[in-house]
Amino acid sequence: MNRRLATLFAAVLALLPAAAFGTEVHVAVAANFSAAATEIAAAFEKQTGDRAILSFGSTGQLFTQIVQGAPFEVFLAADLARPQKAIDTGLAVKGSLITYAVGRLVLFSADPGRVTGPQSLADPLPDRIAIANPLTAPYGAAAIQTLDALGLKAKLQDRLVVGQSIAQAFQFTVTGNAEMGFVAGSELLEAQGGSHWVVPEDLHAPIAQGAVLLEAGKDNAASTAFLNFLDSDGARTIIARYGYGTGVR
Amino acid sequence: MSDLAELWPPVALTLGLAAVTTLVLLVLGTPLAWWLARSRTRGKEIVAAIVALPLVLPPTVLGFYLLIALGPSGPGGLVAGLYGARSLAFSFEGLVIGSVIYSLPFVVQPIRNAFESFGERPLEAAATLRAGPVDRFFSVALPLARPGLMTGAVLGFAHTVGEFGVVLMIGGNIPGRTRVLSIAIYDYVEQLEWGKAHMLSAGLLVFAFLVILATMLLERRMRLRVH
Repeated sequence: MNRRLATLFAAVLALLPAAAFGTEVHVAVAANFSAAATEIAAAFEKQTGDRAILSFGSTGQLFTQIVQGAPFEVFLAADLARPQKAIDTGLAVKGSLITYAVGRLVLFSADPGRVTGPQSLADPLPDRIAIANPLTAPYGAAAIQTLDALGLKAKLQDRLVVGQSIAQAFQFTVTGNAEMGFVAGSELLEAQGGSHWVVPEDLHAPIAQGAVLLEAGKDNAASTAFLNFLDSDGARTIIARYGYGTGVR
Repeated sequence: MSDLAELWPPVALTLGLAAVTTLVLLVLGTPLAWWLARSRTRGKEIVAAIVALPLVLPPTVLGFYLLIALGPSGPGGLVAGLYGARSLAFSFEGLVIGSVIYSLPFVVQPIRNAFESFGERPLEAAATLRAGPVDRFFSVALPLARPGLMTGAVLGFAHTVGEFGVVLMIGGNIPGRTRVLSIAIYDYVEQLEWGKAHMLSAGLLVFAFLVILATMLLERRMRLRVH
């Protein structure tokens, strides 16, 4: 019986893909950074042999999941507030917080020529404007600040459609269901055509994006390795290519 | 306390959406169920399978197709263009369309079963009394199928109240227009506002229990009356 069990065990082991023997690190990634993170994860695996397994959501959604004990080891947020809160509440390792990217907010429309500048928001008024949920997505909060700074918030309030994350706001816009939308600059790489206006950074609080080592990943060398890799020149080149600023080291 | 006032609009919207959806479903679903029950066409089970698709498909599939269909490059955009909008997504009407498709099998199936359950004889009897096809449908078939119509209406209503995925994908979370109960709960959970999430969730829990209990009691009473 024992021998049969051992044979079975060996057979199961043989079936496991080789990759399962490299170390894995589970990373929660803010939706705006999903494309860049996928590319960084591939480069990371190539260099270290470790695999980064990515989960995407809005920063607020992911933070809630982390509070609830989700098994994430590294958290790439779209703000500094939530990683800091994770540290303050003992969910993340003190001193591990880095600013890995500074995001750019962009007003985008799938119609070529529709968006030329801030005036496109008012004349004519867009039918619908997609934003990310300002309560859970930092890009959504920045969009509201921008409308406020332009003095258009009251006028456009009931034309807003709210995506669960910046990715959904982008998807509402790129399908044309919303005439325009505030999206992340990084998402423009995926859009073909259309028109856009890069929102000047003095219209909203800076979108500094923080990464932090979570308690669950404290003892996993691959977690630290991933954070270090994120801060490396190789990763920074990728990050810059997606239209992010890379903050001060 | 004023904070709690924000709990009411999603409830009202959800009840309105479910009511309109149920009405549309009864109007469209009853003739469809009648045809499925009576027709001898070979291809009718293909239609029945299409009607049943939402039982199996994840709401994301429906939501994805609806988002395209309702948008400017789909038929929804044409309709929306008639009143100056560019898309039926993000509107109450769009949610009704999505909900009708999503809850269709829950209404059609019980009504079809009811039409099939009483067989040919009452209709033949009515025909010998010179009742025309329309008369037979309204004064014989419909009254006899009442339990099925009730069950279908209750299930369609309840299923629409419980809808989440489709609305999440085509709604746009607009307070008072597309922010239904399930979306409001999701938002509160995501924002760690668990007090409000608890209140709405407990309400839905009680509602769901009462609906299921009512359907069961209703069915039993109807069955007793038939025997």
